[in-house]
Amino acid sequence: MSDPILTIENLKVHFQIAGGLFTKKQIVKAVDGISFSIMPKETFGLVGESGCGKSTTGRAIVKINQPTDGKIFFEGRDITKIKGAELRQFRKDVQMIFQDPYASLNPRMTVGEIIREPMDIHNIFKTKQERENRVRELLEIVGLKPDHIRRYPHEFSGGQRQRIGIARTLALNPKFVVCDEPISALDVSIQAQVINLLEDIQEEMGISYLFIAHDLSMVKHISDRIGVMYLGNLVEVGESDDVYRRPLHPYTQALLSSVPIPDPKTAREKKRIVLEGELPSPIDPPSGCVFRTRCPSATEKCAQSKPPTVKVGNRLVACFLYDEN
Amino acid sequence: MSMLEIKNLSTEFSTENGTVQAVRDVSLHVEKGEVLGVVGESGSGKSQTMFSVMGLLAGNGKVVEGEIHIDGKDISPLSFKKAKEYDAVMSDIRGNDMAMIFQDPMTFLNPVLRIEKQLIEPILNHNDISKAEAKERAIELMRKVGIPSPEKRIRQYPFQFSGGMRQRIIIAIALACNPKVIIADEPTTALDVTIQAQVLDLIGNLKDELDSGIIMITHDLGVVASICDRIAIMYGGKIVEIGTADEIFYEPKHPYTKGLLDCISNPEDLDKKELRPIPGSPPDLLNIGKGCPFTDRCEKAMKICKLEMPDTKVFSDTHSCACWLTHPMAKKEGN
Repeated sequence: MSDPILTIENLKVHFQIAGGLFTKKQIVKAVDGISFSIMPKETFGLVGESGCGKSTTGRAIVKINQPTDGKIFFEGRDITKIKGAELRQFRKDVQMIFQDPYASLNPRMTVGEIIREPMDIHNIFKTKQERENRVRELLEIVGLKPDHIRRYPHEFSGGQRQRIGIARTLALNPKFVVCDEPISALDVSIQAQVINLLEDIQEEMGISYLFIAHDLSMVKHISDRIGVMYLGNLVEVGESDDVYRRPLHPYTQALLSSVPIPDPKTAREKKRIVLEGELPSPIDPPSGCVFRTRCPSATEKCAQSKPPTVKVGNRLVACFLYDEN
Repeated sequence: MSMLEIKNLSTEFSTENGTVQAVRDVSLHVEKGEVLGVVGESGSGKSQTMFSVMGLLAGNGKVVEGEIHIDGKDISPLSFKKAKEYDAVMSDIRGNDMAMIFQDPMTFLNPVLRIEKQLIEPILNHNDISKAEAKERAIELMRKVGIPSPEKRIRQYPFQFSGGMRQRIIIAIALACNPKVIIADEPTTALDVTIQAQVLDLIGNLKDELDSGIIMITHDLGVVASICDRIAIMYGGKIVEIGTADEIFYEPKHPYTKGLLDCISNPEDLDKKELRPIPGSPPDLLNIGKGCPFTDRCEKAMKICKLEMPDTKVFSDTHSCACWLTHPMAKKEGN
C-alpha cells in the first residue's frame, strides 16, 4: 500500500468569539481533535450536520484557517507552519471548490481572467498565449465552450458557474482538491452532472478529493471512505458501503436513518431513529462523549470521559459501546 | 369536494425583457387529509403556482387565465371585477382557510416581536375571542407541534429558538385557524437531516389529525417519497406528470420524471449505480416555444415535440402525463 497523500493528526481549530476587557473569554471548539488520512486518488467524504466542523476541517487543510493544535501532513511534510517557497508549492498542489457558485466568482472578471489568474500568480506558462490556450483547454474539460472565455459569470447558470470554479481549481494541476459542498446550491438534475464531471476528472488526472457535504446519498455515491463528524469530533470512519450497510456509532445510525429515501415503499416500511433535541452549542459542549445528550444508548460512563477511538474490523469508531476494556 | 381545486391556471410576469410565462395551464386538486407533493427544479413555476393561489404574486405578476376554488368557494382573481374586492376576500381567506409554511425559518418570524404576539395575531384576526382565550389556544398549538414548556417559551423571542424549533412555530402559526389548505414551500430545505426527520414526522402526524389538505412544494424526491400521497412533477411552468407516489416512482411515464429518478442516488441501493444526469439546463420561460418545454433536453424528442404541446394522457384515475411518446402513433420503445 502506498503512503497517504494527506494525514491529519489530532487537528484542533478553536475560535475565540468573545473576550475583551469586560467580557468573559468564549471559545468555539469548531474542530476538537480529529485524525484521519487520505490515500492518493481516493475520495474521502466528510459528513455531518451544520456546525459540526466539517467545513472548518477543509479550510484548515487549504490553510484558510490556522489550526490551534495538531498536525497536517501533506505528502509526508507538516504544512501547518510552512512558509515562503514551500508554501507557494503547497498552494499549487492543493485547491478548493466552494459551495456557492454565485459568490465564489468575481463578477467583474471574465471567465478567461478567472481561470487564468492562478496561472498568472504562479507563473505557469511563459507567454500569455500559452495560458490562454490552457484556459480554452480547461473550459473544454469541464464541458463548457472555449468561446465562453470572454463572457462574465452572470451570463451562466448555477451549474455552469460551478464548472467555471472547477476549471479554475484545475488550472494548476493540483494533487488534492477540497470540495466544500460543491453541489448543494444546484438543482437535482444539475447535481448529477457536476458529480459525474468530478469523477471523470479524478479518473483522468488522479486527484484525491476531500468531499464535504451534508447530502448523505450523494456522498455515499462519490466517496471511497467516509468520516462522520459530530460537534467537532470524528465519530466514525470507514469504507463508504460498509458504513451505510452497517453503521456502528449511534449517531451514524440516527443520521443515516434520517435520510429520506427516494422510494415510497422503503420509506413506508422504514423505521426512522428520530433524535431528540438539537445540536448542543460548540461553545459549551457536553462533558465526555459530545453525543451523549442525544444518544439513545448513553450511560453514565459517557459523561465521565471521552470515548477512545477503537478499531472494529477496518472501521474506526469513537464510542464506549465498542470499547472492550 | 376537493379542498383546493386549480383549473387551467396561467400566470405571467411582465419584465423589461418581455413576458415571462411562469405558470402555464396548470390544473390540480387536493383532497382532505392528503399530502400532494409538487416537485420541480428552480424556475419550474411550482412556487409561483402557489403564490397565484394565495394572491401573493409580485407587482408585475398577473393571473391571466384559470379558476381557483377553495372548499367550493370561487377565489379566482379573474372572477372579481375590482382588485379591492379580491384583496378583501383574500385577506379573509389567508391565514384562515389557507395557510402557508415558508422555506426559511430564520426570516419568516419578526425578530423584535415575542412568539406570543406572532402566534396570537392570526387567531385574533379571524376569530371573535378574547386575548386570554387566544393565548390559551396558542399554547395548545405550541404543545401540538412539540415545543417543550410552551407556557414559558411563548414569552420568548425568535432568536431564542433553534432552526427546527422556529420551523415548528411557523407550522403552529399556519395551523392557528384550522385551515382547509396548508401550502408548505420547501419546509425542510433549510434544516439539517436529523431535524428534517423530526419536522417530517410532525407533518406526517398532523396530516392524520387535521381536516386539511397539504401541498408540499419541494425539489427533494426523498422528502416526497416519505410523506406524499400524490405527486405532481412540474417542468417549464407546466405539470408534465401527476400520479400517486407509487405510480410516479415505479411507473414513471414522462422522460423528465424518469430522468429525475435516474439522477438521484439512493443510499439504500448498495451496488453503485451510475448517475445519469439530464443534459442541458432548464428552459428560459421568457421565450418559450409552443412545444413541450422538455424537448431540448429529452433523449427521445421527436419532430412534433417542438411544434406542439402534447395532450394529457390519462393512465388511471390518478395518473396522467403530457408527452408525445404516449401517443398511439409514436414509436414504441424497442421497435
